[in-house]
Formats: sequence, C-alpha cells, structure tokens
Amino acid sequence: MDFSLSKTEELFLQMIREFAEKEVKPLAAEVDEEERFPIETVQKMAKIGLMGIPIPKEYGGAGGTNIMYGMAVEELSRACATTGVILSAHTSLCCAPIMENGTEEQKQKYLPKLASGEWIGAFGLTEPNAGTDAAGQQTIAVLDGDEWVLNGSKIFITNGSYANVFIIIAMTDKSLGTKGISAFIVEKTDPGFSIGKKEKKMGIRGSATTELIFEDCRIPKDRQLGQLGKGFGLAMKTLDGGRIGIAAQALGIAQGAMDETVKYTKERKQFGRSISQFQNTQFQMADLETKVQAARLLVRSAHYKKDKGLPYSADAAMAKLFCAETAMEVTTKAVQFHGGYGYTREYPVERMMRDAKITEIYEGTSEVQRMVIAGKLFK
Amino acid sequence: MKIVVCIKQVPDTTEVKINPQTGTLIREGVPSIMNPDDKGGLEFALQLKEQYGAHVTVITMGLPQADAILREALAMGVDRAILLTDRKLGGADTLATSSALAGALRTMDFDLIITGRQAIDGDTAQVGPQIAEHLDLPQVSYLEHLEYDGNKTFTIRKQTEEGYQMLQMDAPCLVTVLASAVKPRYMSVSGIVDAYNREVEVWNADKIDVPEERIGKAGSPTSVFKSFPKSLKPAGETFEVSPEEAVDLIIGKLKEKHII
Ligand SMILES: Cc1cc2nc3c(=O)[nH]c(=O)nc-3n(C[C@H](O)[C@H](O)[C@H](O)COP(=O)(O)OP(=O)(O)OC[C@H]3O[C@@H](n4cnc5c(N)ncnc54)[C@H](O)[C@@H]3O)c2cc1C
Ligand SMILES: Cc1cc2nc3c(=O)[nH]c(=O)nc-3n(C[C@H](O)[C@H](O)[C@H](O)COP(=O)(O)OP(=O)(O)OC[C@H]3O[C@@H](n4cnc5c(N)ncnc54)[C@H](O)[C@@H]3O)c2cc1C
Repeated sequence: MDFSLSKTEELFLQMIREFAEKEVKPLAAEVDEEERFPIETVQKMAKIGLMGIPIPKEYGGAGGTNIMYGMAVEELSRACATTGVILSAHTSLCCAPIMENGTEEQKQKYLPKLASGEWIGAFGLTEPNAGTDAAGQQTIAVLDGDEWVLNGSKIFITNGSYANVFIIIAMTDKSLGTKGISAFIVEKTDPGFSIGKKEKKMGIRGSATTELIFEDCRIPKDRQLGQLGKGFGLAMKTLDGGRIGIAAQALGIAQGAMDETVKYTKERKQFGRSISQFQNTQFQMADLETKVQAARLLVRSAHYKKDKGLPYSADAAMAKLFCAETAMEVTTKAVQFHGGYGYTREYPVERMMRDAKITEIYEGTSEVQRMVIAGKLFK
Repeated sequence: MKIVVCIKQVPDTTEVKINPQTGTLIREGVPSIMNPDDKGGLEFALQLKEQYGAHVTVITMGLPQADAILREALAMGVDRAILLTDRKLGGADTLATSSALAGALRTMDFDLIITGRQAIDGDTAQVGPQIAEHLDLPQVSYLEHLEYDGNKTFTIRKQTEEGYQMLQMDAPCLVTVLASAVKPRYMSVSGIVDAYNREVEVWNADKIDVPEERIGKAGSPTSVFKSFPKSLKPAGETFEVSPEEAVDLIIGKLKEKHII
C-alpha cells in the first residue's frame, strides 16, 4: 500500500495550488457577493485543460486520473467553492456519463468540446416533485418518428444558464416505474428548451443554479444516452462518481477554513497572547485537522478505486458524508474562532460556512449517503 | 528557429537564510522552484514557439533533483530538456557555471539563447552575460519585451534605471529576461500527464565542449568568503513642511549626523 502521490500528481498539485491561489482566490468574495458566475476563471481553466482532466486524450482530454481531478476540485474549492462545483458538475455529471454510456458518435461529438471547455456541461435529474425520491420523474419523453419530444421541468440545475450540454433524465414509460426512465443529451439551442428561474442561494452563490424548461422540446433520436429504460441506473451511477467530486469540494472548503483559522488565531491577541496559544484552540484545531486529513484519505481512496475500475459506490457515499459533515463542523468552528469578525464578510470564513452547507444536501443528502452505506452493510 | 533557455533550480524564497558559520545557504525545508526570471524567459520562448514554430530546449546544470524543473518546463510546452549533472561540475562559481553551460551550448544548434537576469539564490546576474562572452555572441540584458521579424532580427526593449532602450540584434544572440516582464503560463494538465513519460537527457561533463580545468571547483577563481543577509534599513522620517523650512531641516539633519 502506497499513500504517497506520484510525481505526476505532485506536479499537478503544484500547478493547481498556484492557479487557485493566483486566479481563483482573489475573486472568491466578489463572486459570492455579486452572485456572479466566474466565466473568466472557467475560460482560464479551459485554457490549461482543467475542464477535461480525466477524459482520455483520444477525446481531447488531458488523460489524467480521477485522483488528479479530485485534487483540482479540492484546491479550487479551498479558494472558492463556487469554482469547485462548476468543475465538479461539468466533469462528473456531464462528461463522465457521456464517457461511460455514450456511443462512439456521441463521444466524438461532445467530449472534445467539453474537455476543451468550449462547452460547459450540466445534469438535470431533480424536479419539483422528484428530489430524494428521484424515481418520481414527471418530465416525459415521447418518441415521435425520428425525434424525442420532451415536456416537463427540472430545478436546481448547477451551471444551468451557462451550460451548452445537459444530461437530462426523463420518463419514457411510466408504467414501468424506474425501468421506464431514460437519459438524453440536450443542447442549449434545441427547440423548445429554455432556462427558467435562477435561485438565490445561501452559498456557492456564483454557481448558476437554474430551472430548465422543456416545452415540446424536440431532439434527434440519437440523443438518447445509454439504453432505453436504463436512465435511472445511469443517473445513480453518475451520482456515485459525482459524490466524490462533492466530497472533494467539501474537503477543499474545510481546508480553506483551517488555513484561515490557523492564520487568524496566530495573529489575534486577547489576554496578552495569541488565541492560538489557548489550549482550547489547540485541542479543537488538532481534532479538526485530524478529521480533514481523514476526509482527504476517503476522497483519495474512493477516486483510487474509480481509477482502478473497482466498485466504489459505498466509498463515494462515505467520502461525501464524512467530508460534508467535516466541512460543516470545521467552518462553523472557524467562525467561532474568529469571534465577531468571523460573522462579518470581512473574513472569508463567513462565506465558507454558508458554502459548506450545500455539500450536505446536493447529489444526495447526508441521509441518502447513510442509506447507501447501510444498504451495503445490511445487504 | 531554435531557442535554448537556461533554467536554474533555486530555493523558493527571496529571503534565503544563510548559515552564519559556514556562509552557505540553508536549503533544508525550503521547497525548490524554477528561478522566476528563468520562467519569464521560458514564457518568451514558448510565445515565439506559438508564433513562429520555434523549437525550444531547456538546459539546467545542477543536482539530479533539478529534474523537477525540467519536468515543469516540459509540462509548460518545451520540446527538449537537458540535465547537465556531474560531480566534476560541483562547487562552481559563476565563471565555471557559465563555462559549463557554454560548453553544452557549443554542441547544440541555436538562434537564440535565453537566460534569466538573475538567480534568486546566487543573485549575481553574471551567468547570462558570461555565456554570451564565452560564445562570442551579441547580448542584451534586462529584456522586458521582445519582437521578432520572423527571419533573423529581434527588436528588444531593455529596462534601464532611467527608463528603457529599444535595441535590435540579429541571431544568433543571447538575452537575459526579467520575471516582471511577462506572466508565465501554467503547466497544462495534458503536459503534466505526459511530463514524466518524456525524456530528460542526462549529460555529464564528457558531453560538453569545454576543457576540464574550466569547470567545477577547479574552474572557479571565486570562493564565497562570507555571505550575510542585508540588514533592513529603518523606515525613513517624513516631514510635511514648506520648501524654505525643508532646506533648514535637511541641513540640520545632515549636521546632526556629522555628514556636513
Ligand atoms: C445549489 C443546488 C444545486 C443543485 N444542483 C443539482 C444539479 O445540478 N442537478 C440535479 O439534478 N439536482 C441538483 N440539485 C438538487 C439536489 O440534488 C436536491 O435538492 C437534493 O437531492 C434533495 O432533494 P430535495 O431538495 O427535493 O429534498 P427532499 O427530497 O424533499 O428532502 C428533504 C429532506 O428530507 C430528507 N429525506 C427525504 N427522503 C428521506 C428518506 N427516505 N429518509 C430520510 N430522510 C429523507 C432529506 O434527506 C432532506 O433532509 C441541486 C440543489 C441545490 C440546492
Ligand atoms: C549566497 C551565494 C553567493 C554567491 N556569490 C558568488 C559570487 O560572489 N561570485 C561567484 O562567482 N559565485 C557566487 N556564488 C555561486 C554562484 O551563484 C553559482 O555558481 C551559480 O551557479 C551561478 O550564479 P548565480 O546563481 O548568481 O546565477 P545568475 O548569474 O544570477 O543567473 C543568471 C541566469 O543564468 C542562468 N543560470 C545560472 N545558473 C544556472 C545553472 N546552474 N543552470 C542553468 N542556468 C543557470 C539562469 O538563466 C539564471 O537566471 C554564490 C552562491 C550563493 C548561493
């Protein structure tokens, strides 16, 4: 067993840390305050190949590992969680299902543009009445000659208004239950497709979370992704991968809050000494540091299994559950260590605490992760 | 066009700590990086590659671990990387360093040699100009901006203390570059993935065209007697007074310090 990073991964870490520090961190407060999608950052990411890290070179990607991809989401989120989730949704929820389920034509058509960042990807599963119970899909796809006709709507879709390509889950035969659910590739310019309301959110405020509307949206027949009636499984498998990305996002937020808190508690003096010298600070911070390191190992080992082609569904759920709860705990305590200053927008921990919360909710709530883990335990 | 960029691995700090007893650098615990001016030089080379299809080689003289900056250069997009490493090259001063690098360059084809202006550890800014002298090449130091006519001639903006100069120089030639002149690109992800699968040529002293007595400790007339960090000057005093008062004030201060 080898816990060390490879030389390639070390080189990657050197690059992504510098990129996050110089290009992402300076914008984080503004992106949050103005609820602004950092498109210029995404363009910079695209230029160096970050939008296609684990996509094979033959499809225009960088041919990197999922471990590298996880490191990217972590380091970006350490600076700005909005930027982290843009990459995570794009890579895990759009590129990966095309890579894993697409026909050769679909891969040739979509992956090079997604990997180069010319196109941004998104994933639409959630509906107003189908959240945790994702099987309750009300968006319907009906085959009409050579075209699928989609009707319905999706909510809370990350990258919504900036994406060019959407993986859309819809009901193709209601009588079959989850076996009547299929997946499709929808393009922004398809007739009958439009972007609805944009959410005003507590955290990750720069990520564009929008509604998607399908009104007799017509797409060619060959846009069906994977087999007919296999869309539910495809969505669940996609989320298995996505969860490691979100775990990495949560981990990055936690690390960012640790960095800020170490710095602040060393500088801030009360009772004639740095508050980092109080044993309460030291013991709590030692516990948090231990959790963050454990969280990182869970993320890396889940990605390791994915890279090796081993089953990783429960590992992904554990990574996401633990990282999300660690992020929430670390950021809440980080605000506490900052005192009143931590409650203001003068210090980034305020934003980090708001950003952390979503990691316990999307791509399966923490309750869902527990169901997945228990499901494996008691099978 | 063929370009060779000389890059050096240096400790990542501008405040290099020096062991007061030995006068040598304390390198433990300080991560190593590519010298910032050299990275700027590399960026200029890669821009010329994009515009004119130049072939870019990087060379470093150093310990085997200097391999890391060559991998970084590969990931940034260079075509060829050379590590010049040999015990015989150890203990070199600037003259022996430039002799060795010039010896390597003599065996290669080039139109343009780029070095950094200055290494942040040794700090002498001598190696670039010395290489040009060894190879009898024209040189411009402190380059800020570079244009190429696509054929033979470079138009260069050179920083000076008063402002800048515009100069023209024909290939083959050498320039030394300032880090502040350009923002170096990031390594690409795809370049990183490939970096350790590509070749770094390892050269020893036998491969280069220079007499053995000119390299390493033997070729170094200088030995560092003592190094010390610059002591910081205290912040100056500021006075807001009329010009008349200022004259008296300054004269008073100069007298106080027995300068006049
Ligand atoms: C910012 C943001 C971005 C998002 N991005 C996307 C996206 O890109 N694509 C996409 O498809 N979706 C996206 N979502 C949707 C997200 O995945 C869902 O919000 C999430 O799965 C929860 O669904 P829900 O909101 O309907 O909550 P509900 O399902 O209504 O859950 C409410 C609460 O009940 C609990 N609960 C539900 N069922 C059970 C049960 N059986 N046992 C115990 N507890 C239960 C839940 O854990 C939760 O605490 C996003 C959401 C947000 C807020
Ligand atoms: C603290 C300290 C003080 C020193 N003082 C002296 C001194 O006073 N006199 C003296 O002769 N030597 C001195 N040396 C030794 C000298 O620094 C080294 O020999 C070094 O290899 C070359 O000089 P430099 O670092 O000053 O490089 P600089 O001349 O500042 O470097 C200019 C450029 O030359 C290129 N270059 C330099 N070294 C290499 C290399 N190894 N491989 C590839 N390219 C390179 C780079 O492009 C670099 O940007 C000192 C070293 C130290 C650490």
